[in-house]
Amino acid sequence: MSTVDYSQELSVVEGRPSLRELDDLISKPLESKPDKKFFIAISFTGLMLLTGITALGASFIYGTGLWGNNNPVGWGFPIVNFVFWVGIGHAGTLISAILFLFRQKWRTGIARFAEGMTIFAVITAAMFPLIHTGRPWLPLYLAPYPNQHSIWPNFISPLLWDVFAVSTYFIVSLIFWYVGLIPDLAVLRDKAGTKVKKTIYSIFSLGWRFSNRHWQHYEMMYLILAGFATPLVLSVHTIVSYDFAVSIMPGWHATIFPPYFVAGAVFSGFAMVQNVLIFIRKIFNYEHIITLKVLENMNKIILLTGSLVGYAYAMEFFIAWYSGVQAEQFTFINRAFGPYAWAYWIMISCNVISPQLFWFKKIRTSIPIMFVLGVLVNVGMWFERFVITVTSLSRDYLPSSWAYYTPTITDFGILIGSFGLFFTLLLIFTKTLPVISIAEVKAVVDGAQPTHKDH
Amino acid sequence: MSEKVLYALTGLFETPDQIIDAAEKTSDGGYKKYDVNTPYPLHGMNQAMKLPPSKLGYAALVFGLSGTVSALALMYWMAVIDYAHVIGGKPYFPLPAFVPVMFEVTVLSAAIATVFTMLFVVFKFPNNSHPLHDTEYMKSVSRDKYGICILAEDEKFDENGTLKFLEELGATNITHQYFTEDSYATWWSVLDKKFAGILAVTAIATSLVVYIGLNKVLYMQPFSWMMEQEKLNPQKGSVLFADGFSMRNPVQGTIARGDLPYEYAVDPEGASKLVNPLPITEANLQLGKVKYDIYCSPCHGFMGEGDSRLRGQFPNPPSLHSEKVRDWTDGRIYHVIAMGQNVMPSYSSQLSRNEKWATILYVRALQRSLNAKESDLQ
Ligand code: HEC
Repeated sequence: MSTVDYSQELSVVEGRPSLRELDDLISKPLESKPDKKFFIAISFTGLMLLTGITALGASFIYGTGLWGNNNPVGWGFPIVNFVFWVGIGHAGTLISAILFLFRQKWRTGIARFAEGMTIFAVITAAMFPLIHTGRPWLPLYLAPYPNQHSIWPNFISPLLWDVFAVSTYFIVSLIFWYVGLIPDLAVLRDKAGTKVKKTIYSIFSLGWRFSNRHWQHYEMMYLILAGFATPLVLSVHTIVSYDFAVSIMPGWHATIFPPYFVAGAVFSGFAMVQNVLIFIRKIFNYEHIITLKVLENMNKIILLTGSLVGYAYAMEFFIAWYSGVQAEQFTFINRAFGPYAWAYWIMISCNVISPQLFWFKKIRTSIPIMFVLGVLVNVGMWFERFVITVTSLSRDYLPSSWAYYTPTITDFGILIGSFGLFFTLLLIFTKTLPVISIAEVKAVVDGAQPTHKDH
Repeated sequence: MSEKVLYALTGLFETPDQIIDAAEKTSDGGYKKYDVNTPYPLHGMNQAMKLPPSKLGYAALVFGLSGTVSALALMYWMAVIDYAHVIGGKPYFPLPAFVPVMFEVTVLSAAIATVFTMLFVVFKFPNNSHPLHDTEYMKSVSRDKYGICILAEDEKFDENGTLKFLEELGATNITHQYFTEDSYATWWSVLDKKFAGILAVTAIATSLVVYIGLNKVLYMQPFSWMMEQEKLNPQKGSVLFADGFSMRNPVQGTIARGDLPYEYAVDPEGASKLVNPLPITEANLQLGKVKYDIYCSPCHGFMGEGDSRLRGQFPNPPSLHSEKVRDWTDGRIYHVIAMGQNVMPSYSSQLSRNEKWATILYVRALQRSLNAKESDLQ
């Protein structure tokens, strides 16, 4: 232990690969034909997607009565899934922007991939509010455009803030991702074997010339975007939490919601990124770039945010008691011991108890165990949204309208479909674009930066 | 182009230290128009090349702030000026509630503007016809070499001297880079057949998709709004009744309660004979005012002057103070309310008989307010 020299920064890329090797390694999946494993994987996710499409198609034709949503639980699965998927997206921005501002070099290997996951997660998430409106072909009504009804959206509604937050988040993430890709696309352009590929890469790399007169602005732009994306990502889940907190439902109307939701989002997002990266590094031989150290660092963040989430659960109970409001107190007792107690305890055991195992270095660095814990965290976080949404609605102020919410098979079909959509997009991504930022990784390889000896 | 025109001289280096050194010497040597191409940004290159700090931050600031201001101004205009209405008992202008949208618009405009400024204004991208594009030089610096490129247009440039200079720096693969046919492309290459073709195809495809989407697809099964319902509509057939109609006639010789048929439906002048059965009492006028304000004022205006609040979305009616209407009997006005008149629809289903008469009393009061009689002075 004591032999580690802390004055020297550890290399984030193991084994001093040459720059040329890095290029070839990272672009290999793009230059080789997809193998059998890929086809098996994509037919599996495609099947899941198809399930979702079928369930959605049926919902369009026969209406939303196919879902479990009904009075008093109008928010059921679609909103649970929406919050879940938006949360998954947050890890990407955290890795690419916040860790960038904190100069965490270990992020370089995983940033591109995590950003990709952000975009796909937001696409998946955005589907849910749309279908939940029941008229998903009229999303334009959400935008303030001069229309023949002569009316404008309600700017003081958190649901409208959500529209702005999620669409801004999507656009900014997409831009961030794309400008990060430009230099890599230029590398691919110069490596491309066929004319078609070359044309496509040329168009999208916009004529990038690796000029240092450009790099200088590019780095500044990256800093500015990171600076904007950081408050943005915090604002997005804050606003999602406003959807709940600004209402007066017992169990929702709490000031702790914004930080609590953001912590939860990062928590589940990191678990998802960790899960997927475990496969990616293995399948594409990226173990030297996405090192065990990286995974361990991610687990540490999962531990931190998991503890924050646990604290928030406890604080919610405390505030309910301390407020002296009968309805609040009842809601929380009802959560833990009412008809949805099963969901509540799944949430507690997955979210609060299981990540605590990451205190042990052995567990933090064991791939199979961390994978299982990551899955558990995501199960737990999905149930957290379920518990928040459903328990509060199913038993609100008016006991005569209480009812038990049961999701239907269509609801599950759509949920499965959302996973199918997300993973299908991810699989396509791994085969069409470099999942690791070539330029960024090159810049952090040992010996890649000038030593400035003579200064 | 028969004569090739020299664009620049390029040379390659193997290590980051060498290129930093070379860049320093080039800028010290008085060269202004040169560039360093490296596969990734190098620490300390800006100092070596003596580049001034990037000014992109100002673009972010300016566009970000204009985003904030325009979001606020737009919301203010929409929620306070153009369509003011009270929502949830909040003031028209609840500043805290506007903050989230202002913030999002700020971030959005700043992010887009920064990137667009950089790509399209500072870099003048897309530019795939640059002389260095697709050269061996570019292929090396995109992967693992560090290159320097001194432009021919630099004042200090002279072919042999600069060549020597590069050799002294220790550059390898020193190459002459020439302008290519492509690099002379100008703006009128927009008129290029291929490009115009793509534009035309895109335009046609977009129009088709929009047209078919809005006019055909939106009326297909799942999109048929709420029009398709299981209930019986008046003009629909029905298997329920023997005559096959879904409409029912009232039972012969009966009328519904309170539903006295209006006998002057086609005879406006006949209706003039009708007499207002209501006495002029405060209660009746009050009822008339309430009903008038609800059902008539949107078009006729609160004072009956024809100042509609419908912003031109429905033809403005004439004033109710005209001599014509003042001279009409109550029965004649009753006819307009009961049957409508030209574009004005009938208000029979909204107003009961008594309410119609009460509204007429109120209209009379309005008329008197502008055309008082001499006797009213007393
Ligand atoms: C939808 C708008 C609208 C509403 C609501 C409406 N009107 Fe009218 N009204 C009109 C228009 C337009 C005309 C002129 C029709 C024409 O072209 O002759 C008119 C004409 C009239 C006239 C005849 C004026 C004339 O000079 O020929 C009377 C009287 C009248 N309205 C009374 C009423 C009363 C009483 C009510 C409330 C029960 C009412 N209207 C509600 C649109 C409206």
